[in-house]
Parts: sequence; structure tokens; C-alpha cells
Amino acid sequence: MSLISKNEPGREFLLMGNEAIARGALEAGISVAAAYPGNPSSEIIESLSKVAEELGIYVEWSINEKVALEVAAAGAASGLNAIVAMKQNGMNVASDFLLNLNLSGIRGGLVLVACDDPSGISSTNEQDSRVFAKLADLPLLEPATFHDAKDMVREAFALSRAIENVVIVRSVTRISHARGNVVLGSLPEKRPAPHFDTSRPLAAMPVSVTHPRIHQRLKQAAEMLADSRFNTYKGPEKPELLILACGAASLFAGEAVSLLGLETRVGLATIGTTWPLPEAFLLKHLRSADRVLFLEEVDPVLENNVKELYADRNMELPRVRFLGKRSGDVPDTGELTPGTVIRIVGELMGATAPDAPSDFETAAKEALESFAPARSLAFCAGCPHRASFWAIKKALALDGRDGVVFGDIGCYSLAYMATGFYQAKTLHAMGSGAGMAAGFGKLGRFGATQPAIAVCGDSTKYHATIPALINGVHHSSDFLLILLDNSATAMTGFQPHPGRPVDAMGHEAPQIVLEDLCRSLGVKTLVKDPFIIEEAAMTIYELLQEKGPRCLVLRQECALVRAKTGPKRRPVSVDPEKCIGEDCGCNRLCTRVFRCPGLNWDVSVGKTKIDEAICTGCGVCADVCPRGAIVKETA
Amino acid sequence: MEKDPYNIIVTGVGGQGNVVGSQLMGAVLVELGYKVTIGETYGATQRGGSVMSHVRVSKAQQLGPLIPPRSADLVIALEPSEAARVLGQFGNPGTVALVNTRPVYPVDVISGDRAYPEADLLLEKIRFLCKQVYFVEATKEALEMGNPILANIVLIGAAAGAGLLPISEDHLARAVADYMSPNLVEINTTAFRRGMRLVPNER
Ligand code: SF4
Ligand code: SF4
Repeated sequence: MSLISKNEPGREFLLMGNEAIARGALEAGISVAAAYPGNPSSEIIESLSKVAEELGIYVEWSINEKVALEVAAAGAASGLNAIVAMKQNGMNVASDFLLNLNLSGIRGGLVLVACDDPSGISSTNEQDSRVFAKLADLPLLEPATFHDAKDMVREAFALSRAIENVVIVRSVTRISHARGNVVLGSLPEKRPAPHFDTSRPLAAMPVSVTHPRIHQRLKQAAEMLADSRFNTYKGPEKPELLILACGAASLFAGEAVSLLGLETRVGLATIGTTWPLPEAFLLKHLRSADRVLFLEEVDPVLENNVKELYADRNMELPRVRFLGKRSGDVPDTGELTPGTVIRIVGELMGATAPDAPSDFETAAKEALESFAPARSLAFCAGCPHRASFWAIKKALALDGRDGVVFGDIGCYSLAYMATGFYQAKTLHAMGSGAGMAAGFGKLGRFGATQPAIAVCGDSTKYHATIPALINGVHHSSDFLLILLDNSATAMTGFQPHPGRPVDAMGHEAPQIVLEDLCRSLGVKTLVKDPFIIEEAAMTIYELLQEKGPRCLVLRQECALVRAKTGPKRRPVSVDPEKCIGEDCGCNRLCTRVFRCPGLNWDVSVGKTKIDEAICTGCGVCADVCPRGAIVKETA
Repeated sequence: MEKDPYNIIVTGVGGQGNVVGSQLMGAVLVELGYKVTIGETYGATQRGGSVMSHVRVSKAQQLGPLIPPRSADLVIALEPSEAARVLGQFGNPGTVALVNTRPVYPVDVISGDRAYPEADLLLEKIRFLCKQVYFVEATKEALEMGNPILANIVLIGAAAGAGLLPISEDHLARAVADYMSPNLVEINTTAFRRGMRLVPNER
């Protein structure tokens, strides 16, 4: 039983922002939901997939974000309501279709939820998806609370149907992955039957017709949103400082104002309809203050748009001092925090929050410096990736030609750090490791002698690596593609993908087997177990000596999936007689270099020991120890 | 919880289950009529990083998902050095803390790149940074029950036992049934009870 499918209007629950978004879609009567998983967006479709059967909706984990948008658009083109969700990087993938779909429009309701990740907490970038709204001439709404997130999605569907176009809802990590009170509304009884009206084709062309039409629709959206209840103002009639804020920043701003005791001096306008701008609302408030502070994440999107509006209407407006990212008052990268917002507002208003006593501050500083050791990101105990990169490291050392490993997106992105023995040398977008490796593999004609390896996870392979591989095959590029198959989209919560025999709704599904796919392109493809680490390393070494495109699947289940489904593999222990620690000359290979969290360096006796609570019994460290001091019992 | 807003931080290391713990705590408080906001540091949770949930409770308003510096009222720590980290940023002379004493060593410590703070000094530092602290062997209790992940519920039980949270065993049972699964009620309430019993002895 899931909370988001409860038909108990008026009941209040603690929901995650993403669950609130999913609930909003259910209240709007969606029939179709699609996404490619990516934090911080994954739980939207995840939670819908759990109620799909019960509510009779169709939910899929699509192969990538563009396809997800296409699947949802097919539903919307047939008069249904459909939702598609993605993280900010996914917007780039989907944008090719989005910037044509906007021109054709749709006929049902289509809401695209873009979840941004300011500070890149679980991302390689922190791009601001809101710029796509302006680029595509589509409305964009931004929730500030969990309950608003739900209601906004529901209303976004109404808007989408009215203007016959996509509506974007933009969330951020601090909303999507946070939890708060949500009051349930009612769920609709029926959904429309799909029908594609063939008398009215949906085509982006001719642009001379479609481009003016979306401008018209955006105007229509502006009229509909003019009095939206998602734009609110709290504060005095004539504030000394007017704050214009979006999303989580408006919650931080509200709290800063009350903490600093500035309720009667500072006004806070929360903007929920970020694009098109609520012009009348903004003009009214721009007339009331001579200092305006913008608080938003990450780029100055609202700031620039409001300034544009101000420039257009400057003849009728008083002089205003704008404070924000451009003036240097607000940091122009990273997420905002309550501490930063309190500091900014306090400085502008000459107010300060009470300080703790100074001996407390000293002790606090000391606690952070000396009592809270950093926790670097690392692969889990028993993670197959640690074994795979160990094998790669070994093979490259043996090969001796300074081979280059092109990295990719997934848990194994960490391979550019200590936990992956610094093996990966690039990290960009989904599939770009294989694309770059295939390109590098053509540089032999100029005298390049370094061998090229691309690593790529199973889910990433389906998402974006296939075109890169085909490209490399067609051009007979010299590279080795190593597929790290842990049979899950581990990083985002183990969603199934085309390599699995099940779909999002738990139904049996045809499985697209990685090695079959590679072999169908005529590529030599081997399959090995990274836990048999010597054999894996030797196989990589041998494959490196060959020419042309080659594939190696290193297959072993993700340690976390394994922990959910099976017992610990076997007891592993350290023989204290054989482990001679620093004296052995191994440079403490196990703990200093291999660094599995299941191992501990016991300083008191100068020996390694196994942490029973953490070790998964994969046995790899036993093969890594040159003294044979780590003993694995036969599984 | 006379203070409004009341700010709680549940902290630990990825995989220790503090996300579930704070969610259940929040669920009970919503049921009791509070506005609750929980912000989590996420993303790298499965791979040994520090994980913190900010639980913000108010009768009046829905607060932002992060607690301002020096504003924690209650810190529930599943790991002692994480308690120091959180108190260093969010502690104040009025903070109360409940701290599980079992360390989880960072990879940087395992590798010998960094030292883990010495136990006595660490506990002393924690004591200095709060008004009152309860040290609890929550992992030991949980291991006796067969699963270290239950330490977070043991700690919530301890917080309730110390009168720091208005949560009863019945409340918790209902939240587990609603938010997780009825099958998990038994084990969680047992962990909660064991936690409640721990505190007076540790005072
Ligand atoms: S989640 Fe799975 S794949 Fe990712 S680091 Fe942990 S064990 Fe490895
Ligand atoms: S057997 Fe060794 S490598 Fe495997 S999980 Fe245990 S300590 Fe880590």
C-alpha cells in the first residue's frame, strides 16, 4: 500500500517532494508516466511505478530522457495526461525533441518535471534548467513547498490542456528530496480514452506558422497565470528591502527575515510562476521598494527577466537598486543555504543574528577540524567496481603504454578518485566515455601509442553508449569498451533497464542482453567476473594487445542488490600470523590502496582486520594481499 | 518540545538508516498536528559519506529543509564523529544530544591517510558542545536483535525515553504500518522499546 494512491481527500501526510509531485500527477488524472532515472528526480516515476497496477496507469523507465519525453508526448498527443520527469542533465538529452514538440503543441496534458541539483550534490553539473523555458517559449512553474509542489503539478496539467502545449515544473534537490506536510486532494474516477486525431497532424513545421503560434500560447499562459496563487507577498506595504525569491530560497528568506526580526521592514515576494513573468504582480511590487534582492538557484534567471521587464517599463517606475548575483551580493554558483541567506539579508539591513559564546565557537571549530574526519566518497564494501578498476589498473601497468581510461556516468564515476585508484581520466556526460575512446582510437595515424579504454555501466550503455559504439565499429577505431554490468541502475536506486527481465511495473519484459548486442555489431565480446580478479586483469591485458573495437563485460551484481537478496557470501578473516603489516613491504596494499571499507587498519597491533558488520564476503581482498594473509573460506 | 520551531538533526553514515528513522519520526509528528519539514543530504548516501537529516517541527509554519547554523535543539547521532561534525556546525549551548558510541571508520582512516579521533577526547568534545548528552550503545542493541540498521529506531526510542520527543510506541507502530509495511511493525517497536529502556541508565 502506497501513500500516494490513497483516496482519502483531506488527509495529511509527510511526503517527499517527489512523491508530492507524483501525487499531483495522479490527482490530475495522468494515464502515462515515463522517465530515465536520475537524482534528484528518480522517486517521481519510482513512486508512480509502485501504484501503476493498482490505479491502472502506464509507467515506464525509458531508455533515456528524450525517449521518455517522446513516450509521454504520444500519450498527450492522443488526448491523455502524461508526465515525464528528469534531472537537469536529462533536459539536454530531451531538449532536441522538446524544441520541436513545443512548436507542434499537443492536445492532452503534458507536464515535464525538471529536477535541478544546485551544487551538484549527486550530479556532474549544476545547470539551471529554467533557461529551457525561455528557449522553448514554454511556461515554467517553481514550487516552494511540498504541498505547493503537488498542487502546482495538478494545475500545470490544467494549463497544459488549455494552451495545448508542454508545461515545465522545476524542482530542486532541496524540494524533491526533502519531506513535508501534504494534504491529499481527490483522485479522478475516470480517464479519457486515447485517440489520435489524424485530421490534425502535429508537426513542428512550417516554422512561419508554428513559431508565432507558441508566442501566442505563451501570452495566453501569462494571462491565465496573472493572478496565480503561487505568487505571494508577505511584508509591509513599503518595505525597505523587497526580496524576490523562487523555490527553496523563498523558505530560507522567510526564515531569515523572522530570525533577524525584520518582519516590519523587509517584504518577501515568492514567485511560483517563473516564466512567463507575472508582470502586473511584479510591477506593483517594484513600485513599492527602492532596493530589490533576488534569491534564487542557480543562475540569475528571475533576476535577468525582472530586469528586462524593468528596462521595458522604466519610464513609469521609480529608481530601483537591484541586488543579486550580478551585483555580487549573492553567490553566483552553488545552492543557497539558510546561513548564507541570513548573512546577506542581515548585512543589507544592518541586523545580526545572536552569536554563541566565543569559547563555544572555538570548541565548535576544533570539533570540525580535529574530531570529524572527512568521509571521502568510496565504492561500497564488496562493490564489483572496486575489483574491476583494480583489474584495469593491473592490466594497464602490465601493458606499460600509459593507456587512457575514459570514464562515464554512474557509481563508477568515482573511478577518477582514490576509491577507483585514480584510473578514470575523463568524466562528462552519459555515454561520452565511449565516444571519446572511439575518437582517441583513431589517433594512431598521428603516432599515438596509448591504448584507449572506455568504461560504461549497463544502464548507461543503453542510454547513450550504443551510438558511440556503432560509430567506433563503423570507423574501425582501436578501443576497448569495458561494460561494468552490475545489473542495476545502482546510483539512483536500482531501477530496471532493458537488460533486466522486468519492467517498471514489475511485469516480465524481453531482456536485451549486453553481450548479444555488442556481438550483433560484429565486435569481439568476452564476459568475465571481476571478482576472479587475476583472470579479469589478464583478459584486459590480452584485449589491449589487439586492434579494432573490442568489448569486455565485467559482470557481478551490485553489492547493495546482493545484500538485499542473498546472505553474506562467505566468512573472510585475517590471519594475524601472516599479516605483518608495515613490515611486509606490501605498503599495506589492502587498506592503503585497495581500501575496501570492510577492511580496517588496526593501529594498536599494526595489522589489518575485517569489520564483520561491513564485509560482504566477496573475497577479493584475499586475492589482492600478496602474503595470502586474508583467508576466504570456500563459498 | 516547548520551542517552536524545534530543530532536530539525525546524523550518521550512509547505510545506517537515518533517513528512514527521521521519516518515521516526522510521520508521527505530522499525525500529532505539527508541520514537519525534513531535508536530507542525499546522493552519496550509499557510499560511506556523512548523511544528515534535518527535521524541523513547528505548529505554525512549514519551514525550509535546512536548519540555520547553531540552531539545532536535538541531535541524534548514529556515529560519534558525525555528532562532532553536526555539533560543530549546528550545536549551541542549549543543544541536547543522543549519541551512539560505535564508530564507523571513514575510508580515509582505513587507508591510514587520517586518524580517527581518540574515543575519550571525542566524547569530551561532544559533551562540551551541548547542554546535555546521552551516550547510547544503540548498535550493540541492534546487533543483539540481529540487524545493525535498527540502531536508528533504538535511538529514537531513547530520545522518547528521555522525554525529548512526544512519541509513543503506538505512534511509531502506526507510522511504520502507514509509511513502511505492517510486517515491520513488530521489529521496529521492539527496537523502540529497547531504546526507551536504555536512557535512564545512561544519564
Ligand atoms: S551502489 Fe552498488 S555499484 Fe554502487 S558503489 Fe555500491 S556496490 Fe558499487
Ligand atoms: S572480502 Fe575483503 S574486499 Fe570483499 S567485502 Fe570483505 S573486506 Fe571487502
